[in-house]
Amino acid sequence: MTVAVIQFGGSNCDRDTVRALDTLGIDAQLVWHEDGLPADTSGIVLPGGFSYGDYLRAGAMAARSPILAEVRERAASGTPVLGICNGAQIGCEASLTPGAFTINRSARFQCERVPLRVENAETPWTSQYEAGEVLEFPIAHGEGRFEIADDRLEQLEAADRVLFRYCRPDGEVTDAANPNGSKHNVAGITGESDHVAVMMPHPERCSLSDLGGTDGQAILRTFADG
Amino acid sequence: MTAYTATVTVRLKAGVLDPEAETTQRALERLGFDLVDLRSADQFEIDLQAEDADAARERVTDMTERLLANPTLHDYEVTVEAQ
Repeated sequence: MTVAVIQFGGSNCDRDTVRALDTLGIDAQLVWHEDGLPADTSGIVLPGGFSYGDYLRAGAMAARSPILAEVRERAASGTPVLGICNGAQIGCEASLTPGAFTINRSARFQCERVPLRVENAETPWTSQYEAGEVLEFPIAHGEGRFEIADDRLEQLEAADRVLFRYCRPDGEVTDAANPNGSKHNVAGITGESDHVAVMMPHPERCSLSDLGGTDGQAILRTFADG
Repeated sequence: MTAYTATVTVRLKAGVLDPEAETTQRALERLGFDLVDLRSADQFEIDLQAEDADAARERVTDMTERLLANPTLHDYEVTVEAQ
């Protein structure tokens, strides 16, 4: 039983994710994308970074690599899959989750800590939070603006598939609190089944107390149940 | 088989924000140019061998839908010319 953290050329949050999972007592290993998933894979992380140099669109190349077919099969059979930052871009490009993450409204790379409001606390990823709870997570992305057709977003919201929204420290969701121009401040969503999720903020960067916060631990602990 | 060059133009759907185009427009305005709007697009030129122009167009359209364009963000056009 191991969590496979898939490495592509240009991944750079892969080791951080393994370390954060190790710290939580969850067995995890780096898996080079050409090597395929280990037989005992119990969870999958698509980590952050700049796979394939963000050529064409962030995540576009990795999403079409052969290991994504394996990820899709595992996801269909119930294995939890989490895409973080570049992994979220890959997840959307691979249609594991709807929509797309594209260039920030500011047209700049943004690296900061931001408040996030928990929207749905009844998913495997958020069950240790309360709905409406405000967390603080780091973001570090140039292409994190969630884009999707308005009618499709309404369907997602009606189905309670938004995990987190960018908000003010008091929890109010406002345009000024939206760091990248994401539609309706969406920071993370689930796939058709809620054991597949993507998010632009980095839980692995706020899972060790030495790094100034542990709000992300609860998300990664989902893999302990896998 | 005939040699063709297909040109694929991929642009953002109407209504999708284009921060890079806005930044580029502002930079042109700072240089003193007068303009109303600026849109950007990606263009790909693909050389290929195909039975006829329709076959070339079909293959390039498939390439575009599978990789070059993201249907959430983009519209695209494909034109094909014999070399």
